[in-house]
Amino acid sequence: MTWLDGRFEENLIVTTLEQGMNWARQSSIWPMTFGLACCAIEMMAAGASRFDLDRFGAGAFRATPRQADLMIVAGTVTFKMASRVRRLYEQMPDPKYVIAMGACTVGGGPYFKWGYHVVKGVDLVVPVDVYVPGCPPRPEALLEGLMRIQDKIKARRVGKVTGTAGPGRQGEKIFDELPVPHHSGCATRPELLEV
Amino acid sequence: MTPAEIHQHLIARFGDRITGVKLDVLDPWVEVAPVALLEVAGHLRHDPALAFDLLTNLTGVDYCEPDPKKAAKFGHEPHLEVVYHLFSFPHRHHVVLKVKLPRWHDDQPGQLPRLDSVSGIWAIADWHEREAYDLLGIDFTGHPNLRRILCAEDWVGHPLRKDYEFPLEYHGIRGR
Repeated sequence: MTWLDGRFEENLIVTTLEQGMNWARQSSIWPMTFGLACCAIEMMAAGASRFDLDRFGAGAFRATPRQADLMIVAGTVTFKMASRVRRLYEQMPDPKYVIAMGACTVGGGPYFKWGYHVVKGVDLVVPVDVYVPGCPPRPEALLEGLMRIQDKIKARRVGKVTGTAGPGRQGEKIFDELPVPHHSGCATRPELLEV
Repeated sequence: MTPAEIHQHLIARFGDRITGVKLDVLDPWVEVAPVALLEVAGHLRHDPALAFDLLTNLTGVDYCEPDPKKAAKFGHEPHLEVVYHLFSFPHRHHVVLKVKLPRWHDDQPGQLPRLDSVSGIWAIADWHEREAYDLLGIDFTGHPNLRRILCAEDWVGHPLRKDYEFPLEYHGIRGR
């Protein structure tokens, strides 16, 4: 953006409202203090100093759903608990996000076949944004899931359709851009060095 | 007292209401007729020579093989057992009580088998009996508060029964 260079004084930031809002939201995702089983221990580890969820602005675990943006469903959801999970989700203010953490919440996990009491995936109860597999997932995996939530927030569009978008579409909210999932780390086989 | 001595003591007192014994196992057990359970348990608890003041565990077992192919080799008549692990702090001795029950009262499916509650003798039996009722469906008569303890209040069936069928749906949530 060379045409902007040198036009403004120091300490002035230029952004769009959309980007500014999304930046603020993605940098302060407050999760709900909510652990159901062993995955909660990994979630606590992710919140503690070694992994430090606060680096992403997500370390403020709220003790009430009314102040939370993110529900990390960490642990086995039983049928008895499912109605409570649903109610907690409904009490969260919009925009709200859900991470299904661990094998049990992704799809029943070890209880899939013989667990008479386990919901076979929390997506049967609440809509899930990011699935973090693992039994339990490492804290790094949870951080990765949190970053995918941040991608999703970054892709929100607040504007409405104007101009020549065609009849019926004008004035509607622009669809959010679906973030393309990507994988950090080594996706391909590392090249072997010739010695 | 050794388990053999405890057995002799009980035989001398209750006669043929002590229906069985097995001593050459890790936890030697004495089998008691269901009608005599309350009397035997009270005696074990209050007799100064026995003084079993701690109920370590109370559990139920379902002896049943629902698969007809495996049933021939199963080796047990279908029945329920309630097992009481007892320990005495004054005398430092153990014993295990077993009570055999039919799977259904009067062989009418749906009618839970009945057994006297020992919660008046060992208070801890209260929750243990609620668990056995919840998961195996044993109706402990005389229990002060026989409700489900683990499953939801409106749960159907008793999940640890071997012929239990999984719910396909619970309050609108798909079960499998």
